[in-house]
Amino acid sequence: MTTAAHPHTESGSDAPYALSHLDALESEAVHIFREVAGEFEKPVILFSGGKDSIVMLHLALKAFAPAPVPFALLHVDTGHNFPEVLAYRDRAVARHGLRLHVASVQEYIDAGKLRERPDGVRNPLQTVPLTEAIQQLKFDAVFGGGRRDEEKARAKERVFSLRDEFSQWDPRRQRPELWQLYNGRHAPGEHVRVFPLSNWTELDVWQYIAREGIELPEIYFAHERDVFRRNGMWLTAGEWGGPKDTEPVETRLVRYRTVGDMSCTGAVDSDAADLDAVIAEIAVSRLTERGATRADDKLSEAAMEDRKREGYF
Amino acid sequence: MTTTTEQLSATTLLRFATAGSVDDGKSTLVGRLLHDSKSVLEDQLEAVERVSADRGQDAPDLALLTDGLRAEREQGITIDVAYRYFATARRRFILADTPGHVQYTRNMVTGASTADLAVVLVDARNGVIEQTRRHAAVAALLRVPHVVLAVNKMDLVDYRESVFAEIAEEFTAYASELGVPEITAIPISALAGDNVVEPSANMDWYGGPTVLEHLETVPVSHDLTACPARFPVQYVIRPQTAEHPDYRGYAGQIASGVLRVGEAVTVLPSGKTSVIEGIDALGEPVDIAWSPQSVTLRLKDDIDISRGDLIAPTASAPATTQDVVATVCHVADQPLAVGARVLLKHTTRTVKAIVKEIPSRLTLDDLSQHPAPGQLVANDIGRVVVRTAEPLALDAYADSRRTGSFLLIDPADGTTLAAGMAGESFASKAEAVPADEEGWDF
Repeated sequence: MTTAAHPHTESGSDAPYALSHLDALESEAVHIFREVAGEFEKPVILFSGGKDSIVMLHLALKAFAPAPVPFALLHVDTGHNFPEVLAYRDRAVARHGLRLHVASVQEYIDAGKLRERPDGVRNPLQTVPLTEAIQQLKFDAVFGGGRRDEEKARAKERVFSLRDEFSQWDPRRQRPELWQLYNGRHAPGEHVRVFPLSNWTELDVWQYIAREGIELPEIYFAHERDVFRRNGMWLTAGEWGGPKDTEPVETRLVRYRTVGDMSCTGAVDSDAADLDAVIAEIAVSRLTERGATRADDKLSEAAMEDRKREGYF
Repeated sequence: MTTTTEQLSATTLLRFATAGSVDDGKSTLVGRLLHDSKSVLEDQLEAVERVSADRGQDAPDLALLTDGLRAEREQGITIDVAYRYFATARRRFILADTPGHVQYTRNMVTGASTADLAVVLVDARNGVIEQTRRHAAVAALLRVPHVVLAVNKMDLVDYRESVFAEIAEEFTAYASELGVPEITAIPISALAGDNVVEPSANMDWYGGPTVLEHLETVPVSHDLTACPARFPVQYVIRPQTAEHPDYRGYAGQIASGVLRVGEAVTVLPSGKTSVIEGIDALGEPVDIAWSPQSVTLRLKDDIDISRGDLIAPTASAPATTQDVVATVCHVADQPLAVGARVLLKHTTRTVKAIVKEIPSRLTLDDLSQHPAPGQLVANDIGRVVVRTAEPLALDAYADSRRTGSFLLIDPADGTTLAAGMAGESFASKAEAVPADEEGWDF
């Protein structure tokens, strides 16, 4: 099935001034970055080394060129990260002369402030180090790569999302968001979560990565990996707590659609080795990104909402 | 099978909002639109089927696709605006799914403020009711360019043409009077799927498009580029690096119109003039840029410009004012009273302001005006006169949704109090009606 572009009726005689879909999304995201730079004292970009945060960083670089990005990065390190992703993170920081803050889940566990869960999943444990880092380092705006297409609770999220002094999200008390007039007013101790990619879909992100020639960690592309089956997903074998004796390890050709904590981010069977192949795969996929690869979202119908209420991004 | 990046990027984007009363079947329509356009993926559908079955329902409840919050699922109502994304081969869509239940006006205002099109849902058995008129009025007030009247539940009136024709006629007359420029009426059954994505076999008397077909083909206007250029300065870019010691650029998103290198410009509110020396479109120099591109302007002269200033062509610069006459939709729980000290956020500029007068409050049900109400409460729509501490370069909302709109903010706690639209309220023939006559010209 080939889909032709439709240059005719839609833009009519004003066609020279049409803006492509990706250009419109890019322009909107850049506007959001600049609004925050103009109105906040100490913003920070949440950076996990995943594709959404990589696209965010790319947009921030474009928004302020030829000046450097006026924000630091904050990485919540679960202690179960993919090594390729940490390497990418450090390369990006060095290349763009950025400042990196790391909030470490492992340090919280070692200090007895957090307890390891029986299932070994560390994703929900990120909330405390994240919110404490925000408070201690006094960040007043925190950029997240969350997209509304990811999940039904995220679909309700504003671009500017006010969080109280406990970093909590109250979906019933959100500010209306009108036109492109973002209200970032907040009291001391409160902060605003900002989502420049709100209106992007997974496919948009991949198409933009292709158009801009953005480098990604290798685990997004098909590679052979030792994995085992748990809760219907292929998880990476490793010291974090898998596999159990009943979970045989196989070497499979896989790739990742999302990059998160190893303990709950699943790989998908794929032979998509380059960007074109990945885009073709996503375009026909019958599973959502999170449905395919995130164990923690399957815990309950409202898992994401519940975590977001507590301060998760 | 090739679906290349190029082809998908070339499609246009339509932002639209839905509005309807409780039980008009709005969630079902949205669910049907997503489901029948194959925008629902297997894991989402499985979750809906599982929950529906757990509740003992016979068929999957498509409303569960859109009601994402715990409280919404528990109560079976939509609480807040949700944004949905879907695409067909012809176009991409951002849908603002607005609740029709409580707090209807502010939620619909939120959804409609960025919409190119609004779908107003009516139950064929009830016809045009107060809520329908309210939705039409909000769409008119926000100047949403296209309105679709979806007459739903046609299956419950035996798919009779006369029922549809009567409702369509009544609605079109009402909405036209408000100045809604384009109205398309479509008879549907969201539950059965008639005329949502697939043409109905039950209504061969209807020759028009299905809802999706209309959404795919309605022209998305690029009128913004035909308007005079407006460039609110967001941020001043000064690298101060060895490589760029003297670079000074004004970053912003072009709110309307087209800007060209060499053009004479005026900076407001100072009134200083200069010439555009260069335009950087996200790092790449260009000769011309247009709305809604985010760019950086460099000017010939080194003049004092900061966030909140507006750059406009000298030939068509707006006037500045400290006395703002506007219509506002009140969106907060705390009231807005005459004498209130507020902040006014217009484009990138936030200034102190005081509410001098509230000349009238509108009753959307019958569009009658109530003079001098003293204050506005949640979901009220009223005229206000606001005095600002500094001059604003404000356009009429009728000319630009972007530079004619503003927020009123509570300086004490930061709450967004009201959504403001400068100038005349409805697009209709205001001049033709004497000001003292009964009607919407309040």
